[in-house]
Amino acid sequence: MHDKTLTELAAALAAGEFSSRELTESLLGRIERLDGELNSFITVTADQALSAADAADAARAKGDAGPLTGLPLALKDIFCTQGVRTSCGSKMLDTFVSPYDATVVEKLAAAGTISLGKTNMDEFAMGSSNENSFYGPVKNPWDLSAVPGGSSGGSAAAVAAGLVPAALGTDTGGSIRQPAAFCGITGLKPTYGRVSRYGMVAYASSLDQAGPMARSAEDCALLLGTIAGHDLRDSTSVARGVPDYRDELEASLSGLKIGLPKEYFGDGLDPEVETAVRDAIKVYESMGASIREVSLPHTDLAIPAYYVIAPAEASSNLSRYDGVRFGHRCENPADLIDLYKRSRAEGFGEEVKRRILIGTHTLSEGFFDAYYKKAQQVRRLIRQDFLDAFEDVDVLMGPASPTPAFDLGAKKDPVSMYLQDIYTIAINLAGIPGISVPAGFVGNRPVGLQILGPHFAEQQLLNVAHQFQQATDWHRRQPAFGKENA
Amino acid sequence: MALEQEDVRRAAHLARLGLNDDEAERYVDDLSRILEMADRLQAVDTQGVAPLAHPLDATQRLRADEVTEANQRERFQRCAPAVENGLYLVPRVVE
Amino acid sequence: MQWEAVIGLEVHVQLATQSKIFSGASTAFGAEPNTQACAVDLGLPGVLPVLNEAAVAMAVQFGLGINAEIPETSIFDRKNYFYPDLPKGYQTSQMYHPIVGPGEVEIALDDGTTKRVRVHHAHLEEDAGKSLHEDFHGMTGIDLNRAGTPLLEIVSEPDMGSAKEAVAYIKALHSIVTYLGISDGNMAEGSMRCDVNVSVRPKGQETLGTRAEIKNVNSFRFVEKAIAYEIERQIELIEDGGKVVQETRLYDPEADETRSMRTKEEANDYRYFPCPDLLPVVLDQAYVEHLRESLPELPAEKRARFENELGLSAYDASILSSTRPMAEYFEAVKDSCNDAKLAANWVQGELAGQLNRENLDIVDSPVSAAQLGGLICRVSDETINGKAAKQVFMALWNGEGATADEIIEAKGLKQVTDTGAIEAMIDQVIADSPVQVAQYVEADEAKRGKMIGYFVGQVMKASRGTANPQQVNALLKQKLDQA
Repeated sequence: MHDKTLTELAAALAAGEFSSRELTESLLGRIERLDGELNSFITVTADQALSAADAADAARAKGDAGPLTGLPLALKDIFCTQGVRTSCGSKMLDTFVSPYDATVVEKLAAAGTISLGKTNMDEFAMGSSNENSFYGPVKNPWDLSAVPGGSSGGSAAAVAAGLVPAALGTDTGGSIRQPAAFCGITGLKPTYGRVSRYGMVAYASSLDQAGPMARSAEDCALLLGTIAGHDLRDSTSVARGVPDYRDELEASLSGLKIGLPKEYFGDGLDPEVETAVRDAIKVYESMGASIREVSLPHTDLAIPAYYVIAPAEASSNLSRYDGVRFGHRCENPADLIDLYKRSRAEGFGEEVKRRILIGTHTLSEGFFDAYYKKAQQVRRLIRQDFLDAFEDVDVLMGPASPTPAFDLGAKKDPVSMYLQDIYTIAINLAGIPGISVPAGFVGNRPVGLQILGPHFAEQQLLNVAHQFQQATDWHRRQPAFGKENA
Repeated sequence: MALEQEDVRRAAHLARLGLNDDEAERYVDDLSRILEMADRLQAVDTQGVAPLAHPLDATQRLRADEVTEANQRERFQRCAPAVENGLYLVPRVVE
Repeated sequence: MQWEAVIGLEVHVQLATQSKIFSGASTAFGAEPNTQACAVDLGLPGVLPVLNEAAVAMAVQFGLGINAEIPETSIFDRKNYFYPDLPKGYQTSQMYHPIVGPGEVEIALDDGTTKRVRVHHAHLEEDAGKSLHEDFHGMTGIDLNRAGTPLLEIVSEPDMGSAKEAVAYIKALHSIVTYLGISDGNMAEGSMRCDVNVSVRPKGQETLGTRAEIKNVNSFRFVEKAIAYEIERQIELIEDGGKVVQETRLYDPEADETRSMRTKEEANDYRYFPCPDLLPVVLDQAYVEHLRESLPELPAEKRARFENELGLSAYDASILSSTRPMAEYFEAVKDSCNDAKLAANWVQGELAGQLNRENLDIVDSPVSAAQLGGLICRVSDETINGKAAKQVFMALWNGEGATADEIIEAKGLKQVTDTGAIEAMIDQVIADSPVQVAQYVEADEAKRGKMIGYFVGQVMKASRGTANPQQVNALLKQKLDQA
């Protein structure tokens, strides 16, 4: 059961091949046996999952099952879940049991899905390797010496290892797409505002967006249809109808105009990654798509702009962790300032502190114009690059990451870690959607093809990704890890 | 723009982050390199370019003025580190 | 040396919305601690703000009420600082693009003249919670019920020159916001709070002196006293060779002095930046026009109309327009009796006196405007005389009847104007007072004027106050002069 896609599982449940309880028990068993090594979950909610599975089976017996009823999922531990610890990968929230559910958590529960638990992540979603977690690093199931990517590393690893068929992640600068690429799964970052941020612990509010991570584009379409939509509790969510994202999956790609940003194939791109991506593009050519080179001239400014804007927003978003109303509080504070300084020094890890400091510095008097305001101006230029490109082409394609997954502990220097996100970060600044689909391997480590579209073009992205998955089987490959003789 | 230890200490104080000397030293180094990277922005001509705060050109939706929230103090204070008589406790604030 | 003071005010007005500016929690005053602090107000991880339409409408109404420019777009920023009553570690405010642009407020001065005070801008922001310093084993308790209550911060230009002008300005704001119904204006509950900027300079000097800011002064009286003290302090300081430092001070009403807040002047750096959780607020023209059309007549216009059209004195016009309930009451009385001057006299005389004695607000008056109007009608058509009118008023106050007419009837207070009846009473009084009549006859003209009062009193008494006093006077004079 563990190697099936969500769509296949839904069909099997509907056909009565097995019950949701059987499926859930089977996956909980795999988590029990395998996750000690992988560390992809922070919290496993076995009891709640089993009773939800029974409820789903009962609903099905009564004929009340919807398309997602009884399907198991995992949630990145950034989504608030009522009655369940929501740690965000941080010591700061190690004891935080959320008193409320995030909007997407409510929607998934209402659709009848079953959460198996909360997945590991870089602390407060800050990182590209999942090494910045208070709960320890996650391993890449394809190669246990490699990172799974970040920050949604736990979600990606759990799906790749067959612990759960799909998971929710969040993406602020590539945190869905890069771990999806590193772990050989499909991950979609929707248009900013497409999915509610209410109840998703904020890192950088103008960039954060939740999205599905699964074994196929079709599964992502199924999940996106469930979590997308306007939320009256999120001012930045968009009031726009939600189509059935599966409707256009089978549309022909003949005549599709694909742009290859030349900046995404330049220095620093691993040649084997490039080969895999170019081979994938040839598959599209064979389907009748046309290819042309385009330019996104401000690409090299995306990382500098991001590392001003995101830490600035984060420094403010993370001020609420002060040891007063929730979260870590130091022992015996001498006075108020001691309460603040010690609680925060003890509760936050190193990367979080680094970004708080950078953000605080760049927003402070005398630096605001040179950094923050400048970065926001450059942000407009970066968005304009994409708007211009989409005048000429339907989608853009390139690698999701310049290299395949790197070794655990390989990148000690923060700046070199930041540069990993070169192909994903501009997408968040522009607010457009992007999807990473498995497109080959370098050795035993997966390569992701990234496909980008204009604002709200998710339907087209999923169509383009799905057609590739009809022609290739990269997304069906499974790591040796977790293959059980059963 | 070069960064001094004083800048790091100032930011740490504004952000209420306790730092010891070693950490302050290390962060001067890290932050300097990050800012050096950020300084690449200075080379771009942004004359006349309006800052972009949100990726979509949307405007604020307004909520009807209705009380929709009931008292949930007990539930909210279950995750609080120190409460008494319904109040959150902090070390004495001197005004 | 001659000194002059320069005063500017930042007035925080709590807006009278039902729910908070960014959440659906109640804004009602006086609830148990933290029972009106919802997930959004507490700044729980993951929560987001959504702007309250009524707060926007009220801010715009204020702007229209002071003839301010209403910019099409306003933007919320975050003001970052740590304080236990500030749950998110930032206050959502409007630093660079406020909802209300420059406007002006007309203030009435004691000498009957008016002056215009310019308002630099007014912006929306969220209130903080409260710190309670009662004994919690040396700890401070935090109540976040108030956190997220909408505030309109009204920032004036430094256009005031004295404590009295500053108070007149706050009173004018108070009356505008209560007229508009956008605030209850209850200063005791903190619905209006002022920060006062004061500096002094030699008279005639152009450049401004260094200013001190006095935080959180919460009554008209304290504003006046705090400013008076601060002006005095600064002048003395300079005359003694000292220098005013730019600082924040607190007014201590018990000692009647301002004190420097501990100079922890680590130079605040609030790191304002646009709040990424809120989008620009764009007001379309139709919305603003709709609000403009629904604006009530405001105090300054009312005052002018009372003076110019109703012929009231400047003083009466100013008192009667000072609050909306007062003005509405007065106008209702006037409309029902059709005599603005009599209405003004009664509202400010008998009614105000009685309200004052019983410590009641005009909205709680036991005598309705229609009842008072009905009473005044009977005075002006001479059905009753002034003395009886006061009796009727007290009877209405005490609920002895529904209308003045009913009471006049029941108590037989109708004025006697029948000359025959009055003459009969006069004859009786003259007959009963031979000594006084003899004294009168012997007195000269000047003394007679005084002595006639005795006879008038007797006749009025005989008529149980219902005789027309003018008639009594005239007839008495006639009769006595013939005696």
